[in-house]
Amino acid sequence: MIVRIATEGQYRLAEEQLPRLHELDAEVVAAAELADAGLFERRFAGLLEFVRSGELLEDAYLGPSDAILPPPDVSLAEATTEFSTDDLIPS
Amino acid sequence: MPGLEGRFSTLVKAKVSAVLDRAEDPAETLDYSYEKQLELLQQAKSGIVDVVTSKKRLQLQEGTLREQAAKLDGQARQALAAGNEDLSRQALMRKQAIEDELGSLDQQVGDLERQQQQLTDGENKLQAKVEAFRTKKEVIKAQYSAADAQVQISEAATGVGEQMADVGLAMQRAVDKTENMKARADAVGELEQAGTFDDPTELGGSGDDLDRQLAQVTSAGVVDSELEKMKAELAAGAAPHQLPSGGEKEAGS
Repeated sequence: MIVRIATEGQYRLAEEQLPRLHELDAEVVAAAELADAGLFERRFAGLLEFVRSGELLEDAYLGPSDAILPPPDVSLAEATTEFSTDDLIPS
Repeated sequence: MPGLEGRFSTLVKAKVSAVLDRAEDPAETLDYSYEKQLELLQQAKSGIVDVVTSKKRLQLQEGTLREQAAKLDGQARQALAAGNEDLSRQALMRKQAIEDELGSLDQQVGDLERQQQQLTDGENKLQAKVEAFRTKKEVIKAQYSAADAQVQISEAATGVGEQMADVGLAMQRAVDKTENMKARADAVGELEQAGTFDDPTELGGSGDDLDRQLAQVTSAGVVDSELEKMKAELAAGAAPHQLPSGGEKEAGS
């Protein structure tokens, strides 16, 4: 699965990493629903860190991503409006 | 947690659709897509220039404020040496207001620097992808009959499109931040016009603005401690090796 961190780059994650990815994503969503900015920030940073553990794709790679994460400096407010979607977690 | 109202995922799917769906003349569409990519690349470059320009403007403003701060510092010392502690305190308060402003300008310049770096990275990535796309489209045009050519190129275009959208997003965020900074730069300009940062010795009373600004800024503790420091320096500097008569600043013959 290829995940893009917006404004940063694309990473390839292995199949066996996907369950953990979804888990972390759900935790971020939960923090956002609690409207807890501090918690959201920490969990989102954790999610990004996990994605970065994947293989960074070279700049000339031409394939699209399966999922796109908001930029690293996203605020809770932005995450709940501009970058929100209903149920787009590709599973 | 299904059924939760307003549920969202941070994993946002690529919204970029392939430019090349059901193209009538693939070769032409490929070239058109490539032209578009070059256009966007050009926009990205000029976006970076805008950010650099904003940064330069803030840095210029910082320079002016630093000069003013240094001048006020000198005036505070002179006033203190002349025994006018009130005037000295006033000058220090103004200096403090400027330093607060400088602190936040510093932050914004740093912020713009990061934006610039991010945009440059994005532009380089886009450049690499556009270049790869160009090569690929030529290959595909050459073997035009290949059954999966359309699919391949469509995917490549989506990939470049996604990168373009991403650079666009970075650009948008940079522009938003730059707008905020423009507003701040204007605000500083207004304060300067209102005399907030002016020479205290030349000031009658541009009253309200000044008072309001000073009230906001009066971290009296900072000013007090600076005043004390200045006094100490003055005492230490004056005592040991001044002329025996304790000569004034009039350095005449």
